[in-house]
Amino acid sequence: MRRGVREFVTVALPLLAALALAPLFYSNELLLFNFIMFLILAQGLNAIYGFTGYLPFGYVGFFGAGAYGFALAVMHLNASPLLAMACAGVAALVLGVVLTPLLRLSGAYFAIANLAAAQAVYQVISNPALQDVTKGPYGVTLSSVFAPALSYGVALIILAATLALIAWLRNARFGLALQAIREDPVSAAMAGVAVVRGRTIAWLLSALIAGLAGGVFAWHISVFYPETAFDLSFSIFAIVFTLFGGAATQLGPILGVLLLYGLYNVIGITVPQYFQLIYGVLIVLLVLFLPDGLASLATRRGFRVP
Amino acid sequence: MLAHAILSGLVFGCYFTLVGLGLNLIFGVMRIVNLAHGDVVMLGAFAAFWLFALIGLHPLISSLIVLAIFALLGLPVYYLVVPRLLAARDSEMLSIILFFGVQQIIEAIATIAFGTSERSIPGRVLGSGPLHLLGQALPVAWVVSAAVSLLAVALVYLYLYRSRVGTLTRAVMVNRDEALASGIDVHRVSALAFGIGVALAGLAGVFSPFMLGSATPAMGGDVNLAAFAVIVIGSLGDPRGTMLGGLIYGVALMLMQTYMSAWANLLPNLLLIAVLLVRPTGLLGRQVRRA
Repeated sequence: MRRGVREFVTVALPLLAALALAPLFYSNELLLFNFIMFLILAQGLNAIYGFTGYLPFGYVGFFGAGAYGFALAVMHLNASPLLAMACAGVAALVLGVVLTPLLRLSGAYFAIANLAAAQAVYQVISNPALQDVTKGPYGVTLSSVFAPALSYGVALIILAATLALIAWLRNARFGLALQAIREDPVSAAMAGVAVVRGRTIAWLLSALIAGLAGGVFAWHISVFYPETAFDLSFSIFAIVFTLFGGAATQLGPILGVLLLYGLYNVIGITVPQYFQLIYGVLIVLLVLFLPDGLASLATRRGFRVP
Repeated sequence: MLAHAILSGLVFGCYFTLVGLGLNLIFGVMRIVNLAHGDVVMLGAFAAFWLFALIGLHPLISSLIVLAIFALLGLPVYYLVVPRLLAARDSEMLSIILFFGVQQIIEAIATIAFGTSERSIPGRVLGSGPLHLLGQALPVAWVVSAAVSLLAVALVYLYLYRSRVGTLTRAVMVNRDEALASGIDVHRVSALAFGIGVALAGLAGVFSPFMLGSATPAMGGDVNLAAFAVIVIGSLGDPRGTMLGGLIYGVALMLMQTYMSAWANLLPNLLLIAVLLVRPTGLLGRQVRRA
């Protein structure tokens, strides 16, 4: 456990401090916020994919559920932002519980079913028939609670909690049990690991993280459309960032976000097709030549990547 | 109205069988998920569009050209990617990510080359006026597309069940390692199946302007979901199941569009989840679930 604390102090704290101070020196706060959001999403996905091996292609479903949980709480209940954040978390958790039966599926079936589930949630929320409740495809405006500085701070707190969770998972009994399940569920069950309970807890934690990220996203940008909140790129980016750096580590997804999302911001915004092309090539090469990510370059040589 | 919905559903079902067939063949033989399937369909649609727009080629003739070219394009892709992929630890999962990358490459190149505008081929090219079938009037283009699809399904069936290579292919489907141990050239059989799968996707693309509406570089994702729904309903890896899945999907889609049109696009997703949860092996299928 002491090692978990050390990993958190050496990896997470400098990053959090840098992100907390960055707005003083750099004026594009939205860009910094996006970095924080993708750091949260990549680590949330790491909790389920890195530790249990389930690849949630529809991870964005939780993110969107969180964003709309926040928006509906503000629009219909006049909730304060912090209460609405709690609603965002609850919305994602409820969706997570509803989708828990999907964990019975293995491999590709889980990934495809999860993707279909996220699409289904999107189609329900953006349906013109529900315009009175969700404003359908026309998007929501939450200018009454707009508070960029405060929501930036809340996003940082969520990131800190997520990084602490990953550091804990890497070093606690529970995280080791999850990794045993990932390697071989039958042997893990034989050794006395509660397979179903372990998976379900990891799944719900991961859903909660994405829901909170969605809530704080809704709060920070305050005007958005269903296709923004349910954009499949959120899933994809989170998966690729995690995979690129190395799943089941704390440092890997951080490196993935900083390098690849940085690259995206340098070339992706002006010429998105060329970025998409580079991205596709990168993914193919990654899977063929470095399936365990950048971190495996160090672990192969005997170093322990935090 | 009910009779019309059911009949057009069956016609669309034949076409959706074709949309799922290539994906299912590749999954059945290699146990990899070709997430770029929808984008190959898109390329087929653009091939048919340009052949028609530039030299006025009839889609039925373009479909033969597309079949040949796409099969030939599939082979190098197979040898570049698949053997390495199958050697990996969790090839099924990695294949999703890898072919997602391939999908991004195809979509990016198509967007750069063709732009984002919608392209379509007028339906009268395949014959004008409605065709009366069992007392219902259906556009000729639908019936022709369905007939071509049925022909393709029949040929795949003959290939798998009435030819020597087909027998070998089915052996690989049942157990790859044992097929290898009994002296079957697994890579040649797989490469052939991969080429056929890609060619079938291209063929589905040629008729997509008539069945799915105009073609855009971004259409791949929706096609993928429909194809997945079809093959999951049937059961992964079984071509007869694909036919059943296609027909169920087509009829359900037409009924939804007739009676609850606002919610029709929810259908593939809900069918997919429902079948996976209630009967994860598909209606005709084998074991896919663990723990």
